[in-house]
Amino acid sequence: MGYHLNFNLIWRHFDKLWGGLVLSLELALVSIAIGIAIGLTLAVIHVSGGRIVRALIGAYVEFIRNVPLILLVYLVFYGLPTAVDISYDATTSFVATLSLYAGAYLVEVFRSGLDAVPRGLIDAGKAIGLTPWQRLVHVRLPTMLRITLPALSNTFISLFKDTSVASVIAVPELTYGAQWINFNTFRIAEVYLVVTSMYLATGYAILLALRALERRFVIGR
Amino acid sequence: MLAAILYAIPFLMQGLLTTIVVSLLVVVLSTAIGGLMGIGLVYGPAPVRWLVRGFSDIVRGIPILVLIFFIYYGLPIAGLNLQPFSAAVLALTVFKSAQVIENVRGAIGSIPRGQMDAGKAVGLTFAQRLAYVIAPQAIRRFLPPWINGVTDAVKGSALVSLLGVTDLMHAMQQVIGRTYNALPLYVLGAIIYFVINYGLSALSRMLERRFSYIRE
Amino acid sequence: MSVLDPSSGTPLLRIRGLEKAYGQVTVLRGVDLDVAKGEVVTVIGPSGGGKTTLLRCVNFLETYDKGSIRIDGEEVGYQDGPRRAMRSERDLARMRAETGMVFQMFNLFPHLTAAENVMLGLVKVRRKPKAEARAIAEHWLRRVGLAEKLDRLPSELSGGQQQRVGIARAVAMDPKILLLDEITSALDPELVGEVLDVVLQLASEGMTMLVVTHEIGFARDVSNRVVFMADGLIAAAGPPRELFGGAIEVERLRAFLSRFGARV
Ligand SMILES: Nc1ncnc2c1ncn2[C@@H]1O[C@H](COP(=O)(O)OP(=O)(O)OP(=O)(O)O)[C@@H](O)[C@H]1O
Ligand SMILES: [Mg+2]
Repeated sequence: MGYHLNFNLIWRHFDKLWGGLVLSLELALVSIAIGIAIGLTLAVIHVSGGRIVRALIGAYVEFIRNVPLILLVYLVFYGLPTAVDISYDATTSFVATLSLYAGAYLVEVFRSGLDAVPRGLIDAGKAIGLTPWQRLVHVRLPTMLRITLPALSNTFISLFKDTSVASVIAVPELTYGAQWINFNTFRIAEVYLVVTSMYLATGYAILLALRALERRFVIGR
Repeated sequence: MLAAILYAIPFLMQGLLTTIVVSLLVVVLSTAIGGLMGIGLVYGPAPVRWLVRGFSDIVRGIPILVLIFFIYYGLPIAGLNLQPFSAAVLALTVFKSAQVIENVRGAIGSIPRGQMDAGKAVGLTFAQRLAYVIAPQAIRRFLPPWINGVTDAVKGSALVSLLGVTDLMHAMQQVIGRTYNALPLYVLGAIIYFVINYGLSALSRMLERRFSYIRE
Repeated sequence: MSVLDPSSGTPLLRIRGLEKAYGQVTVLRGVDLDVAKGEVVTVIGPSGGGKTTLLRCVNFLETYDKGSIRIDGEEVGYQDGPRRAMRSERDLARMRAETGMVFQMFNLFPHLTAAENVMLGLVKVRRKPKAEARAIAEHWLRRVGLAEKLDRLPSELSGGQQQRVGIARAVAMDPKILLLDEITSALDPELVGEVLDVVLQLASEGMTMLVVTHEIGFARDVSNRVVFMADGLIAAAGPPRELFGGAIEVERLRAFLSRFGARV
C-alpha cells in the first residue's frame, strides 16, 4: 500500500546475485555431468545385470525419487558426517547430493530410452554380425542418446531450479544471494522480483539453447 | 539411539499431520484450479489460451523455493499479509496448478479430434461432450501423471518448514536441535516420506498398466 | 446449368451461395444445393474438391463464411437476422441432433459399448429414460445386423461392424437428414457390402440422405440425384442415369468418371 518499490539497494549489491547465478549454473552443470555418468553406467548395468543388481539400482532410484530434495541435502550435509569420519564444505556436499539426485532420475531416462530403440535397428545390427556388446555400443546407445536428448534438456533445467535448495545450507548461489540482500537491506519484495526474473530469464535462455542443440542433432543425423 | 527415536515419534507424527493437511489442501485446490485452466487452455478463446499458457510457463520456470519466498515476502507489498501456513499453501497450489494444467492438456490432447465431432453430431452441448465423451477417455491419461504429481506436492511441502510451519521436516529439525542426534532422525524422516510417496507412485504405475491394457 | 432441386415445394435442406475458406485457401466457392424430404443425393468428385467440407458445414462442424444453409427453414449455425451472430451452444446442439452424421473413421466412443454409443445421444440429448433408450438402441443395432454385439466395446468389433454401429448411432436419433461421408473408404473391400446394404435399406424406407462416396456403382443404385463437385463448386448435377449416361456434357466429369471405368 504505502510501500514504494526501490531497487537502488538491490543494484548496489547486484554482484551478490550475479555471482550467485553463476554458481547456480556451475552447480547444475557439474551435477548433470556426474549424474549422466551415474545414470548411463547404472542403465547399462541394469539391462545386462542380474536380478540382485537390478533390485539394488531400483532401490537407489526409488529412494532418491521419493524423498524431498531438502531432506537429502540435510541428510548428506548434517547427517552423514556424524556417522562417518569425513568432512566436506557445503558446496561439495550439495554437489554430491544433487549428482546422486540427478543420477536417479537419469537412470530411468536412459533405461526407457534403451527400451525405445526400434527392434528393426537391433535386428539390423544382428544381421551384420555385431555381438551384443557391439550392438549396445554402436546401435543402442547412440540411438538412445538421440531419443533422450529432450529429456536431458528438461532434467538440466530442473536441476538449475533445484540449485535454489542449496541456500538452506548457506551455499552462496542465487537464492542465498537473495536472502543475504534481504537480511542486510530489507528490500524483500524487490529482491525476490529481481531474483525470480533472473531464474526465469536464465531458464528460458537455457531452454532455447538446448532446443537449438537438439534440432542440430536431429537434422544432422 | 532407540531412545532418541522413541522420544521423537510423537513430534514427528504431529508434523506429519501438518504435511498431510498441506498436501491435501494443495492437491484439492490445484486440481480444481488447474483443471479449469487446463480446459481453458485447450478449448478457450485465444486470450484465455495465452493467459493460461503464460501462467503455466512462468510458474514452471520458477524454483518452488523462490515461489514460496516470493509469495510470503512479496505479497505483503500488494497489501496481502498472509500467515506462513496460508502463504505456503498458496505457493504450492500455484506450483501444482501449473502441473495440473499440463496434465489436462496432455490427457485431452491424446484424444482424437473426431471424438468431439461425433459428440457434436449427436447434439451434445459443450459441457455434455466434455462430461460424457472427453472426460471418461481423458481420465485414463490424466490419472497416472496426476497421482504421480501428488508426490511433488508432498515433497514440495517439506520446503514450507523454511517459513516456520511445523510440518514433518520442521519437526525433525526441532527434535534434532534438542537431541543432537541428526542421522537417525533424518533417516527416519526419509523413510516416512518414502513410504507415502512410494505408495503414491506405485498406485500411479498400477493405474497406468491397467489403463494401457484397456486401451488396446 | 441448373443444379437446383427439380421437385416443387420447399426443400428440407437448402444451401445457397455457400462459401468457406481455410485461411488463404478457398474450399467452397458458392455452392447451391437442395435436398427434398425423402430424397437421396450423392456427392461425387475428385479428392480435395470440398465434399467433406460441405457435409461438415451442414452439421456446423465447420463455420462457413458466406451464404446460407437452411434445414426445414432454420438457418444452420447462425441466428436469423442481418447480423451473423453464432447460435448458442444449446441451440447448436439441438440443431445438430436433428441431423445425423456418419464418419469416415467411425469415431465411435471407445469407452462405451455398441449399445451405449447409440444410447448416449438418446439419454443426454433426447432425455429418454435409460430403458427406453436401451430398447431403441437394441432395435437399431438389430436392424444393422449387430444384435449379438450390443455389449461389445468398439475395439472388439471389426471395421464393418463399427461403422454399422456408427450408422445406428446416427439414425437412432431420428434425424431429419442423414449425412454420410465416405463411410466405407476406411474398410477392407470385403466389408464394404455389409455397410452399403444397411444404407440401401434406409434409403428404401424414405430416409433423407446426403451421401459423399467414391463408390460409383453405389451412387448409381441409391441416389435420386447425383452431384459432381470439383474445386469447391457443383460442376454438374442430375439423375444418375443422365449423369453417368453421358447426357450431361462436362469435361471434368467425363475425366473423373473415366477413371472409374464407368460408361460415359
Ligand atoms: N482443417 C483444414 N484446414 C485447412 N485446409 C483444409 C482443412 N480441411 C480441408 N482443407 C482443404 O480443403 C480442401 C477440400 O477438402 P475436403 O476434405 O472438403 O475435400 P474432399 O472433397 O472431401 O476430398 P476427399 O475426396 O479426399 O475426401 C482440400 O484442399 C483440403 O486440403
Ligand atoms: Mg473427404
